[in-house]
Amino acid sequence: MSQIICRDLSLGYNGEAVCKNVNFEIEAGDYLCIVGENGSGKSTLMKALLGLHSPLGGEIIKGDGTSTGSIGYLPQQSELQRDFPATVGEVTLSGCIGSLGKKFFYSKADRLRAHDAMKQLGICDLADRPYSSLSGGQQQRTLLARALCATKKIILLDEPVSGLDPAATADMYETIYLLNKKSHTTVIMVTHDISASIRYANKILHMGGSPHFFRSVEEYRASSLFPAEGGEA
Amino acid sequence: MKLLDTLIEYFSYDFVIYAFVVGVLVSLCSALFGVVLVLKRFSFIGDGLSHVAFGAMAIAAVIGLTNNMLVVLPITVISAILLLRAGQSTRIKGDAAIAMISVGSLAVGYLLMSVFSTSANVSGDVCSTLFGSFSILTLSKTDLWVCLVMSVVVLALFVLFYNRIFSVTFDEGFSRAAGLNATVYNLLVAVVIAVIIVLAMSLVGSLLISALVIFPALSSMRVCKSFKGVVICSAIISVVCACVGIISSILLSTPVGPTVVCADIIAFGVCFVLGSIGKLSK
Repeated sequence: MSQIICRDLSLGYNGEAVCKNVNFEIEAGDYLCIVGENGSGKSTLMKALLGLHSPLGGEIIKGDGTSTGSIGYLPQQSELQRDFPATVGEVTLSGCIGSLGKKFFYSKADRLRAHDAMKQLGICDLADRPYSSLSGGQQQRTLLARALCATKKIILLDEPVSGLDPAATADMYETIYLLNKKSHTTVIMVTHDISASIRYANKILHMGGSPHFFRSVEEYRASSLFPAEGGEA
Repeated sequence: MKLLDTLIEYFSYDFVIYAFVVGVLVSLCSALFGVVLVLKRFSFIGDGLSHVAFGAMAIAAVIGLTNNMLVVLPITVISAILLLRAGQSTRIKGDAAIAMISVGSLAVGYLLMSVFSTSANVSGDVCSTLFGSFSILTLSKTDLWVCLVMSVVVLALFVLFYNRIFSVTFDEGFSRAAGLNATVYNLLVAVVIAVIIVLAMSLVGSLLISALVIFPALSSMRVCKSFKGVVICSAIISVVCACVGIISSILLSTPVGPTVVCADIIAFGVCFVLGSIGKLSK
């Protein structure tokens, strides 16, 4: 069943298109990697999927459970956050903000959801630790737990391994892969890392060409866009 | 015992009680939103606004209003919104625009006060607007009520929107994606800060307000590592410093504003040392 369908989408700013004719379809349980050069419109597409940017043309059709506010989002970390005084528990719980609605305070169910998310990512014992004292990998896990508080159906990750050391990178990829396989969470990942994309993803969207390449990983591997020895796009 | 007697004698006067209540409320409000201001890197708004408030005060004085609040509050709130827009804009030089507004209103304010002044002691008036001096001891009952109502509103806003404020402060992008209107909350913070600055003017004067907003937040961040902890600690530090400052200014006959700020500086020093010891012992 399709969760998100993009048809003839064109995106841009002030009437000027960054990318045109973007067509793709995401089904429940997919693992989609969005790759492409800087400026090809990856982050604009991401904003559009999150409902933060209105397309110049075309449409984004959202299926079951993916309306605005119900996509778990893992943004890139800002410098501002690295020394922010907050505990892992506080950060994770703030993922429930979208379900607050007209209420002012979190319910018991919200707290339980946050606890489950931390448990799922193995950071329960870090709950009272200050976020700023964590390693890069642990910080990303916390933000991933926060994204899972918003929804378990579909998560959108913006370069989740940037700034992580090789061990933490492998660990992060493994965690995301397990989420996709075990909990059937749909994963959309914006990344530069093509070798990891073809290892874990089942679909690839390569932005920048015309038309934009959207196929399965096998077809991508056989295409001319795929660099001979893996590596960076 | 002599000190205690003096204190008891002073507290039998209504105006001292008023000053004390206003001092505690203002320091409480400024400490809570100060944390947000510091973490959002909005400190510049607090500083810019305090200068604007001085200019507005001068205009109010020239017009000769009995209640300054009617002029000062709207001007400061509107400036807060403008400063917020300017600070976030990437097209024009945002920080330069803020410097322009704040230094401009300082100049215009002093000019107005010296040209149209009705009192014989212009520099005295200017000094008391800038540094507070003894103006807190001349509060009327109306001032007290205005301050009480405003403080309760500000405190209620903070408590009710605590979770949303945290989310927007920590990660605006995520909050927007979760369907929160972050612009509204930024606006809320800017407007509330404007209100706090106007309230705090009578306590510490317009130039020293930033200290009241920033010091307790920075002090508590040295010792606390959770957001809730920082907020609570900041509130306690600020209220204690305000009380200590007001009482010592009465006993030592020093100007209230600078004395309160000195108490805040000492508190920051203590927290700095405690924080460093905490880090070393780990």
